[in-house]
Amino acid sequence: MGQIRKELKVSAIENGTVIDHIPASAVFQVIRILKLEAFGNMVLFATNLESKIFGTKGIIKVSNKNFEAEELNKISLVAPHASIIDIRDFEVISKKIVETPDQIIGIVKCFNPNCVTNVEQLATKFSVVDKEDIRLKCHYCEKITTRKTMEFR
Amino acid sequence: MKNKSLVSINDYSKEEQLRILEVAQEFEKKPVQTILQDYVVASLFFEPSTRTRLSFESAVNRLGGKVIGFSEATNTSVKKGESLRDTILTIANYSDLIVMRNPVEGSARFASEISPVPIINAGDGANQHPTQTLLDLYSIQKTQGTLDNLHVALVGDLKYGRTVHSLVIAMCNFNTTFHLISPLELKLPSSVKMHIKEKNLSYFQYTEMNEVFSHADILYMTRIQRERFSDPLEFERIKNSYILHKDMIANTKDSFKVLHPLPRVNEIDIQVDSSEKAYYFEQALNGVYVRQALMALILGLR
Repeated sequence: MGQIRKELKVSAIENGTVIDHIPASAVFQVIRILKLEAFGNMVLFATNLESKIFGTKGIIKVSNKNFEAEELNKISLVAPHASIIDIRDFEVISKKIVETPDQIIGIVKCFNPNCVTNVEQLATKFSVVDKEDIRLKCHYCEKITTRKTMEFR
Repeated sequence: MKNKSLVSINDYSKEEQLRILEVAQEFEKKPVQTILQDYVVASLFFEPSTRTRLSFESAVNRLGGKVIGFSEATNTSVKKGESLRDTILTIANYSDLIVMRNPVEGSARFASEISPVPIINAGDGANQHPTQTLLDLYSIQKTQGTLDNLHVALVGDLKYGRTVHSLVIAMCNFNTTFHLISPLELKLPSSVKMHIKEKNLSYFQYTEMNEVFSHADILYMTRIQRERFSDPLEFERIKNSYILHKDMIANTKDSFKVLHPLPRVNEIDIQVDSSEKAYYFEQALNGVYVRQALMALILGLR
């Protein structure tokens, strides 16, 4: 395996998912979004690692877990360039980059406390008006939720 | 436009907006008709509003329709904790069209998605108030004979004023030149300016009311509210410099008109009222014709 030639800062896992290329500042957010705090199996993570592309990065390795597409969408909001690597028997089975969708349904809370989605029981709905510097326009109150004001439901 | 809810001004195309203005002319000529005699319009005002509610109700009454509803939420099931979803689904059973004002932003969009009858947004918090925009367009068209290629000066609170935002966005369809006059703290937000830039239109920003009025066709005044200022001293400093006096409009074009969404407090001196360039009370009357046209089109009667 050419890829594991260099020294690993975080031990390899036998089966599960590796989430790589997370911005260093977003590692704990990803842990929270994926509810890994309450996860029963082994989770390895590291942050402020050197990265050729991003300067610094974080990585999370989750044993015996494959994620649903919807869960991966959530990650894209804080880690738009994260790679998702499926591991079986220490081998890379598949590798894909998360993609920020054009529309986000549920997941994120509208930051406007006076928005109907924070008053009535209904799912939030946003159009992604900026995928790089995440900006979400609420379908209902039309206000923009940014990375800074973003909270997850 | 039949059965098409109106939540944001952009829900209707330029052509649809112009069609409403065209039909409004008909109602201006003949405001009393019986076309709504078999219809019930629900007027749900979850927060008080004088002009908008009365002008909608006047529009329905003059067309022979019936109005049901409430003018504030205090004595309704909403106070008992009923959800908006349940209120809308229930009242839709009793009416052919719902006109709603609600302080919760996005509530009109939500209502339009669950309601089996069309919804007209009569204001959802600081978000949208599209019928005000339509009556502003009607007033501009009527006084200028056209909506195209005009110089429109907007004065006052350009940051929080939803009527200003919707009007700017709507006027971007008509090659308008914008003159934006406001204190620095209350400048037009970039999210609205974006629409002007997308159409490559010219806009100029000023912090003082000045000689720009001599080129303007329309002056749209708004009120500056004390609570918008983080520094009360700043408000004291500027409050008197955004008041329109009669001498300031002396050298304007003959066709120049002063508009204001009302209510006015003191931002237009009452001496201006006697000028033939003051148009704000006629503007409020135009609201009846525009709302008659809108309801007639949504109910498929025009």
